[in-house]
Amino acid sequence: MDFLQNKFFLIALTFGFYLGAQLLQKRTGIKLLNPILIAIAAMIAFLLMCDIDYDTYKKGGEYIDFWLKPAVVALGVPLYKQLSSIKRQILPLLLSELAGCVAGIVSVVLLAELFGATREVVISLAPKAVTTPIAMEISNAMGGIAPLTAAVVVATGIFGGMTGFKIVKMSHIHSPIAGGLSIGTAAHAVGTSAAMERSERFGAFSSIGLTLNGLFTALLAPMILGLLGYSM
Amino acid sequence: MIIQFGVLFAFLAIGEFLVNLTGIAIPSSIIGMVLLCASLKLGIVKLGWVERLSGFLVHNLGFFFVPAGIGLMNCLGIIADQWIPIVFATVISTFIIIAVTGWVHQLVRSASSKLSHKYAKEAE
Repeated sequence: MDFLQNKFFLIALTFGFYLGAQLLQKRTGIKLLNPILIAIAAMIAFLLMCDIDYDTYKKGGEYIDFWLKPAVVALGVPLYKQLSSIKRQILPLLLSELAGCVAGIVSVVLLAELFGATREVVISLAPKAVTTPIAMEISNAMGGIAPLTAAVVVATGIFGGMTGFKIVKMSHIHSPIAGGLSIGTAAHAVGTSAAMERSERFGAFSSIGLTLNGLFTALLAPMILGLLGYSM
Repeated sequence: MIIQFGVLFAFLAIGEFLVNLTGIAIPSSIIGMVLLCASLKLGIVKLGWVERLSGFLVHNLGFFFVPAGIGLMNCLGIIADQWIPIVFATVISTFIIIAVTGWVHQLVRSASSKLSHKYAKEAE
């Protein structure tokens, strides 16, 4: 049974689950069959059933993880294509991002406290809106649980990607720029790839959202957490 | 295709170098993204050099998050104990971020366009 722990087998299986879910989602039109969500759930079920631990999976998984960084660099291209419309509204962009960043951190911290989360968990949730490398860094530095942060970040991205456009509509946000921007702010790169499927323009503004919120969160989260009573 | 990989990894490497040099708390990939965008604007990098690979990576971004998500299996205990605050805080806060960001953007934009309208009129 050692073959089940082979890293190439585990990589192939990850692709397989993702592709299978993608196909199923296309055939049935059921949004909940999100390929990221299904691939994660199916893979966890498989690993638990075969009694394989995460560190063993990671020997294969890290080769997929590896592409996350170049993929974030690649977001510079859609960003470049929208530069002229960004320049025209630099003030609305900066102000709305600042508001979104602060509202996001403060709201998740207060809500988690309200629902009775422990200190470690509150800190782990605080940077949940931004992409994994930034979020894990903050969580680690402030005394949170980095793997929990990573999981919550991915879950937030999937949720935001699936429901983001509905929330935008419900909140009476009419401009596609504001819509794309807010999805990227709330649901980082996963939300951005959902926005990219709508249109390149949506996607580009979503990538501005993820970039600016990433920067603001990296700079402000420690201070905001400190003000809320969670200093290092 | 080699040039496409070369350019993207070069920008990532520059990001890593800058993080190493300055100890700044911003991920190397974000720095690489901003620098790539700037270099395209300045004409240092041609769009054709990066367009194909970056298109592929951007459109499949979600897939690269799968291993991080599987890391969930290492904290099933904490999640089982505290799933209520984790789920509710995350969902409601995501709602709040989208609404606040979108509202402020629309508000500032309509305010600034009214302002510029007013100045234009006064100038007449």
